[in-house]
Amino acid sequence: MLTTTDPSPLTVAGVPFTSRLFLGTGGVPSPAVLRRCLEMSGTELVTVSMRRVDPGAPSSILDVVREHGARLLPNTAGCRTAREAVLTANLAREALGTAWVKLEVVADDVTLLPDVVELLDAAETLVRESFTVLAYTNTDLVTARRLADVGCAAVMPLGSPIGSGLGVTDPRAIAAIAEAVAVPVVLDAGIGTASDAALAMELGCDAVLCATAITRAGDPPAMASAMAGAVRAGRTAYGAGRIPRRETSLASSPTTGLVGT
Amino acid sequence: MTIRLNGQAHALAEPLTVLALLRTLALPRTDVAVAVDGIVVPRSRWEDHLVRDGAEVDVVTAVQGG
Repeated sequence: MLTTTDPSPLTVAGVPFTSRLFLGTGGVPSPAVLRRCLEMSGTELVTVSMRRVDPGAPSSILDVVREHGARLLPNTAGCRTAREAVLTANLAREALGTAWVKLEVVADDVTLLPDVVELLDAAETLVRESFTVLAYTNTDLVTARRLADVGCAAVMPLGSPIGSGLGVTDPRAIAAIAEAVAVPVVLDAGIGTASDAALAMELGCDAVLCATAITRAGDPPAMASAMAGAVRAGRTAYGAGRIPRRETSLASSPTTGLVGT
Repeated sequence: MTIRLNGQAHALAEPLTVLALLRTLALPRTDVAVAVDGIVVPRSRWEDHLVRDGAEVDVVTAVQGG
């Protein structure tokens, strides 16, 4: 059980967070499972998508999220242009009464990679319209810095493609972004299991957003618990000053006073 | 007159306010937002804004995703 107090707690747009694990809701099998995942994760920020009302749809997940007490973070998932993303963000603000938005603008629905041209355009517009923008982006440091410069409250580089479970495939790029960007960096997309989340935190990320790895796990609440532990472990390790990597060994036991010498 | 709401055509006898439209079609009024012809109609305007012939209306809510 990790009891170390984080010397510099996470704040995003001035709002403090005790948990550095954010949850996505895509793929969750039922509101009941979501409830258990929220409990086991301890998350304080949950993202939801905006879609046309479907009268035949099962009960809302909003009640589950609100009961848990997490802040809602509507996203612009599915949007391909800045115009669509800006409209979706405005609809979300109207519907849910929050100016927080996770900005996603993807280039196509196969790769789900961010379209950085449209993304930067949308980010600038939404910041100007007084949204608190958390922007999903790729691993390009220059793009991440531009997003921070136009006023995004957080930058969310992908570890690997959405839903792929490949983890952090470019750790040096993530570490570079975490080092260079002045706003919180949230690893978002591609987390597969707990060690991926721990690595993201060890690389210097301020938080991790995880959806598919939890919602589509064999036992989602158990994975949510594992992720929470991994994020705490990774964050503590990051602050604990890891040993450097060496090309050769360094004996950890004394080399003198050996029996028989 | 005809409008399209969430991609489906609906025949209306006359223009309706957004609020009346939601009531008529038994759509939820909480946790939803409405756009008419690509422009968000704020909740404060639902009782005034008339939806006219040919309008494209989107009524959206939050669902699992992302």
